Amino acid sequence: MIRSTCAAMIAFGALAYAHTAGAYTVYVTNEKGNTISVLDSETWEVTKTIPGGQRPRGITVSHDGKELYVCASDDDTVRVFDTATLKQTHTLPSGPDPELFILHPSGNPLYIANEDDNIVTVVDVEKHTMIAEVPVGVEPEGMGISPDGKVVVNTSETTNMAHFINTDTYEIFQNVLVDQRPRFAQFTADGAKLYVSAEIGGTVSVIDPAAGTITKKISFQVPGMAPEALQPVGVRVTGDGKKVFVALGPANRVAVIDGDTDEVVEYLLVGQRVWQMAFTPDEKFLITTNGNSNDVSIIDVESVKVIKSVQVGEQPWGVAVSPN
Amino acid sequence: MRGTAKTIICAFALGAVAFVSASVRPALSADTLTVKAAVIRVDVEKPLPISRLDLPPDDLGFVGGKLATADNQTTGRFTGQEFETVDLAVGPDQAVAEVQRLVGEGVYYIVMAAEAETLLAVADAVGDSAVVVNAQAMDDRLRNDSCRSNILHVAPSRAMLTDALAQFLMWKKWREWALIHGSHPEDLLLADAYRRAAKKFGAKIVEERVFEDTGGARRTDSGHVLVQKQMPVFTQRMDDYDVLVAADEADVFAAYLPYQTWDPRPVAGSAGLRPTTFHPAHEAWGATQFQRRFEKESNRYARPLDYQVWLALRVLGEVVTRTNSYDPGTMKDYLLGPNFELAAFKGVKVTFRPWNGQLRQPVLLVGDKVLVSVSPQKEYLHKVSRLDTLGFDEPESTCVR
Repeated sequence: MIRSTCAAMIAFGALAYAHTAGAYTVYVTNEKGNTISVLDSETWEVTKTIPGGQRPRGITVSHDGKELYVCASDDDTVRVFDTATLKQTHTLPSGPDPELFILHPSGNPLYIANEDDNIVTVVDVEKHTMIAEVPVGVEPEGMGISPDGKVVVNTSETTNMAHFINTDTYEIFQNVLVDQRPRFAQFTADGAKLYVSAEIGGTVSVIDPAAGTITKKISFQVPGMAPEALQPVGVRVTGDGKKVFVALGPANRVAVIDGDTDEVVEYLLVGQRVWQMAFTPDEKFLITTNGNSNDVSIIDVESVKVIKSVQVGEQPWGVAVSPN
Repeated sequence: MRGTAKTIICAFALGAVAFVSASVRPALSADTLTVKAAVIRVDVEKPLPISRLDLPPDDLGFVGGKLATADNQTTGRFTGQEFETVDLAVGPDQAVAEVQRLVGEGVYYIVMAAEAETLLAVADAVGDSAVVVNAQAMDDRLRNDSCRSNILHVAPSRAMLTDALAQFLMWKKWREWALIHGSHPEDLLLADAYRRAAKKFGAKIVEERVFEDTGGARRTDSGHVLVQKQMPVFTQRMDDYDVLVAADEADVFAAYLPYQTWDPRPVAGSAGLRPTTFHPAHEAWGATQFQRRFEKESNRYARPLDYQVWLALRVLGEVVTRTNSYDPGTMKDYLLGPNFELAAFKGVKVTFRPWNGQLRQPVLLVGDKVLVSVSPQKEYLHKVSRLDTLGFDEPESTCVR
């Protein structure tokens, strides 16, 4: 009894320490550089650069923080790295040209969008085996999962749909037609809303996942900027659902949206061709990858200000942050 | 290497114990809307191309259509729509009768890969009973005086292509052009388009020369020996120029110009840096996926006509998905209205100009092996759409629809 309390206290202490120090590890895939930049979230300096395989894009960290999964698109595989050593330990059978993926809330399996083959591949990350392949629309890309893990959503770029897949049966039970070239799907933490960005359509659809209907379409306007340059890609929502961040690609801006009204509040100028984003686990910071300026921007979430930009490798694409 | 990697992954998948192939929920058959379209390629006798790389494949254009139909069908599975496409290669004399027959059989969307005269004859014969889509003819008059209310142009006009090149040349500050054009009617039209583009964007054509087509075989063994003697002499004593613009749609001489000009100058237009809708090296904005799907289907690279036919049928897929209708009038209204938009691997949405039915689209500028640039260049602004800096804008259009 005493022992377990101690253990709990130590665990709590470690957690509290990590929290206040805010020293998380940030991993950025550099699509053209074929590398992964590793950053420290306290100093915001690149501590290490490791080889990422051919054309690394989608990236995520296992829920225990021990493994790093990277879509090496031109290698047709998902590379797995040990976060302690930063060495590759194995690969996962991803299907061809993996681009984006998402982990089940339990940490397993991994759902991967295969752009070339119109399928979503489901992979067991412990057994390293393929569990299922789900046929979806043309050029699957964005992947989102409901907080209860029961529904995985895939967006297909040429079919222009969000496909709702039952994670028990691997059957599509619902399709929602959105605007041109849907890129990213993001549930709110309570599962009540799903945001789907459409890059060429220039909108973010707010979807009621239960009803399968679009409740609102968010569009973007920046004075002096051609409307076709406002191309929403990555989407992130704070845990309380109050702030929604949308990366606007070649507009070099991140739109900040009020999660209650789903109206744009402001635009933050970041680097060029802003693509994907990730929060630090404490949600103090949001990191954006800026593909054409070879850097990442750090946004202070509370004050909604860009506080820093950090040079990484060539054409940064994806970003993930360690949970601890 | 890619093939090897794929093979290994496939073998792994088959070996996995818990492998499940999930099916898609089938659409209710009672609600299924069947959409029957046609691709009509009107073949005319033409001399051989001067490069064997340009020999036309038998399935030219049709593969693009096949791919689009498959793409539409994938979406149709989810929306309860069935897409079929009839492919037909005919001579100019048979085109009207064949299209009328097809319209009688319920084909209301006709993609034409034909020259201007045949296109107009077909459009006039079918009237409002079908939507006719021009996937090939670039004639500016089809967008102006000879326009028709039932034709949509997916193919760019000559003016769009020449404006696209002109913007890039101006961006490079290559303002002084030497224009060499061929002697065929289409070469003269292309030369007109370059003169218009030069005026529009402020370039100066310092000198023009005509390369007469005197006939003869297009290719001979060791023909390059003569070319190396002829082309420098042909381009000798030109007024000082920055770039040589070649207008050779008939494919008689332009390909011989690069490296053979008397003065060391770049070549653009029909050779060298070329404006086009598609190129096998185009990979931006997801085009890689299109290329891979196409090559898997055909075992060859996609040509511009393949892409244009694909685009024409993707327009159909999009309008049917959004309106759930295959009525020509409903489709035309939606396509020319403010809600139609389509992603076409060009980085921005493509839409139709309501004043002449022309699809707004970026134009690729390509070299032999890579994409060089994409126009409109970002320095050219427009109050409606930057894409309207290419071709005939609304105030200039003489189309009465």
